[in-house]
Amino acid sequence: MTNDECKQVVLDIIAEIAPDEDLGDVKPEIALREQLDLDSMDFLDIVMELRKKHGIEVPEADYGELASLQSCADYLTPKFNALV
Amino acid sequence: MEKYDVAIIGAGMSGLAAGIRLAHFGKKVCIFERHYAPGGLNSFYAIRGRKFDVGLHAMTNFVPAEVKKAPLPRILRQLRISREDLNLSEQKSSRTAFPGIDLRFSNDFELLRSEVERVFPKEIDRFNALVRAIESYDDTILDAPYESAREVVAGHLKDPVLVDMIFCPLMYYGSATEDDMDFSQFVVMFKSIFLEGFARPLEGIRNIIQLLLKRYREVGGIRKMKTGVAKIVSDGKRAIRLVLDSGDEVKAESVLSSAGVAETFRMCQPGLEAEPLKRAGRLGFCETINIFEEQPEEFGWGEDTIVFFNDSERFEFRESKDLVDLRSGVICIPNNFDYEEGQLPEGIVRLTSLANYDQWTSYSPEDYIVKKNEWRTRIWDSAKRFMPETEISEEHNALERDMFTPKTIERYTWHANGAIYGAPQKLKDGRTPLENLFICGTDQGFLGIIGSMLSGITIANTHLLR
Repeated sequence: MTNDECKQVVLDIIAEIAPDEDLGDVKPEIALREQLDLDSMDFLDIVMELRKKHGIEVPEADYGELASLQSCADYLTPKFNALV
Repeated sequence: MEKYDVAIIGAGMSGLAAGIRLAHFGKKVCIFERHYAPGGLNSFYAIRGRKFDVGLHAMTNFVPAEVKKAPLPRILRQLRISREDLNLSEQKSSRTAFPGIDLRFSNDFELLRSEVERVFPKEIDRFNALVRAIESYDDTILDAPYESAREVVAGHLKDPVLVDMIFCPLMYYGSATEDDMDFSQFVVMFKSIFLEGFARPLEGIRNIIQLLLKRYREVGGIRKMKTGVAKIVSDGKRAIRLVLDSGDEVKAESVLSSAGVAETFRMCQPGLEAEPLKRAGRLGFCETINIFEEQPEEFGWGEDTIVFFNDSERFEFRESKDLVDLRSGVICIPNNFDYEEGQLPEGIVRLTSLANYDQWTSYSPEDYIVKKNEWRTRIWDSAKRFMPETEISEEHNALERDMFTPKTIERYTWHANGAIYGAPQKLKDGRTPLENLFICGTDQGFLGIIGSMLSGITIANTHLLR
């Protein structure tokens, strides 16, 4: 999986959790919270969807890695690639 | 023996919401409900083809679609239910009515602010300061210690009539404690009623319950109706198995109970404490539901959605000394919402007042009916004092009348004393002495329709999905 594909995986999850958010213009480097109305419950859902859909575990200590789309991709891409 | 990841006791709003979360994330979940109808304290039924709601007067916590950070959008996201499907219509306007004083409010908070300024001009700056304190209070903390709302509010407002007029709706819509509230509860209620507001689906509570049932089915949740849990058997540390009313046994890794704290502890074997029922609340209510051919608008009652009334110098919110405390109450007119698609076919007037459980349960079946007939007229006569004059009366004009008492509530929900708002002392973090038994719903402490769903979601997220 490439870094960009990973970003799309995360965006797909956010689209499912928060269908009322406009995801067309999310800037990868800027914190998701600053661009979208996501609260801690939503971030927990992102973590749980990663587990449910893709078998990826994100320990609580690493939740900070999910702050922006770029940091998500940097953190998650190796985890996805380790699966195969 | 059947085995589940999570067994949920009660198919009310909180149990269903928790079940949706847990099943969505792959838990094997079963909801056990003793009644044949879902909904718990917010349910629905029919008499001679007419539909009735119990519980819901109005859904609180209404915010416009563009507001994202509020309980309503939060639970919709968590449950993956679309706002359109809720089909909410906003209230017209409501008021608190005390002798000679009306304080109107609507889903636009500025109406209440201007009413306070009009009726209590000396208090407006202090009122605004109180509102700022409420807006900045973090009500999501689950371990905030008890703080008397009466004391906190008295630190802001000087006029006791204004204080009572603010407390009256908040207590009627969610206080399990007599004459006072936990300040965190006060904040939650103030936001949900005054800063947010009232709305209702045209079809009433059944629309919301059916949405929850549909979601729960979609995510693979199992539900067993007419299947009460009689016992929660533990080894002193963990719940080991459930014994059903039928005598059948079920195993579950965790148990989430929405039955109430006294009611749940009462099921535990061995017992968790000597007298679990001492925890039960004492605040019972009666409600009459009156159906008319005319819309309430036609008898001059077209403006008010909900009216909270009180005739006494000081508003008292405590267990009624008489069968019903006629000094205060709530008038709800479900027709008076701004429905975009049609209107309810008949006029409905619902009247709610505090009542006395011990007295209502002391009668023979025959006398109970006699007392109901007597008091429903007395409740009507009390409430109509706060409405425009009309020739219409429940006694002579109602097409259908029904009434619940604390006895009815206990019979269908198994809540001790028929106490709708449950135990005075809430278990906010949902924990019990057993490490895998948790409490959600009324006795966790988030009240109202949205609060109950938020309760199920929060406890499921915090303890069962980590």
